[in-house]
Amino acid sequence: MSEIEPQAQDTGKREASPLLRHILPLVAVALLAAVLLSLLQSATAERATAARRAAERAALEAVLPPTQHDNDLLTDSFVLDPAAPQFTQQELLGLSAPRTAYLARSNGTPSAVILPLETRGYRGPILLLIGIDREGAITGVRAVEHNETPGLGDKIDLDESRWILGFDRRSLDNTDPVLWRVKKDGGEFDQFVGATQTPRAVVGVVRQALDFFELNRAALLGD
Amino acid sequence: MSTEQRHDTRGLWHDNPALVQLLGLSPLLAMSDATVTALALGLCTLLVLMCSNLCTSLLRNRLSPALRLPVFALLIASFTTVLELTMSAYAYPLSQRLGIFLPLIAANSLLFARAERCASKASPSIAVKDAVLMGLGFLFVFIALGMTRELLGTGQLFADLEQLLPFAANWKLSVFGDAPLPLALLPPGALLLLGGFAAFKNVLDQRRARTLPEPELPPPGSKRVRVTGQL
Repeated sequence: MSEIEPQAQDTGKREASPLLRHILPLVAVALLAAVLLSLLQSATAERATAARRAAERAALEAVLPPTQHDNDLLTDSFVLDPAAPQFTQQELLGLSAPRTAYLARSNGTPSAVILPLETRGYRGPILLLIGIDREGAITGVRAVEHNETPGLGDKIDLDESRWILGFDRRSLDNTDPVLWRVKKDGGEFDQFVGATQTPRAVVGVVRQALDFFELNRAALLGD
Repeated sequence: MSTEQRHDTRGLWHDNPALVQLLGLSPLLAMSDATVTALALGLCTLLVLMCSNLCTSLLRNRLSPALRLPVFALLIASFTTVLELTMSAYAYPLSQRLGIFLPLIAANSLLFARAERCASKASPSIAVKDAVLMGLGFLFVFIALGMTRELLGTGQLFADLEQLLPFAANWKLSVFGDAPLPLALLPPGALLLLGGFAAFKNVLDQRRARTLPEPELPPPGSKRVRVTGQL
């Protein structure tokens, strides 16, 4: 470097180290950005985590009222991986990717489970959460992610219609297994005008979740 | 410089980024299904555009042509990340709803276009003014599209607006009992409506050109696009 510089200076001061002069602004901007961003990240990280946890808790409370358990669901959880099933007939849940299940406890005893479900709707996968209590009755079902047609299939979303509340308190005991269908197929559940496929898929997978719960009751609840 | 200045003030209407230049269409179409997402993403784009234009303009004499684009990309991406981090801490549900389109502001062609065409050649005040006008032009179309789609697609207006503005909790209006045109919520509906808006703007422009025939023509010699063979 020091041997080259005198030569370069002969051709003019401005050309002293053109590469450096060109790259310096980029390096300076990059460094400054990296420092500021990491400061901002550490300043907001705690708040962001708290916000994410609050949102997750709210989603779980929708399918399992907080009155039915006294533990922190987010810490009492396990992952259901379709590639490495730990339960009998885990394919009943329809999962295509690993998702988290939660165990609710009351005074230390397992009182309910929250299971992730997946089914194929009219326009792609529908991801759901279902809460099932010790007696095998549904405490709540919610569609957490879907792409169903606005105005037709999206009535599975509580924002659009109260249909999904129709599962509350149902079980294989109080609703005959053959009635777990939409009305068009001779069952108990309403279909939507112009969209039968979506509710049919949801009713089907909810029924499967109850079957899965019955098959794995002991393993899930630790009885 | 005078050409630049004149064409700055046109960002709101004549060179509207959304209706005329058709820049940044993917977030515009994808996130305009509700007023709240449209308003949020439009504001975010405006903010990033202002910051990136200001910094580009401040650095304009230090950047060699070869390194201009990497520096633009770095600036835009950094400001986008600032926004993303802030939103996930202070408006988590909304940042989840905007999803990938929040970080994708960094890839919005509008930002690069303004950094390259205006901010890298103009003084900071002109660059910021350009950013405000272009950003507002984009924001207005975004909001108009968002409100129209929400109204036609759900029959409501301003649902969930409190996700962005905490004081707007009771602003939700139920205008129609049932959604008059659910198609409006779907991507094709967004494209059709945007086309409708652009056509409406052209009709207005033509009307105006007919009533006052002279003023709107660009003065001779201010061609932005050079036509081959007419150098």
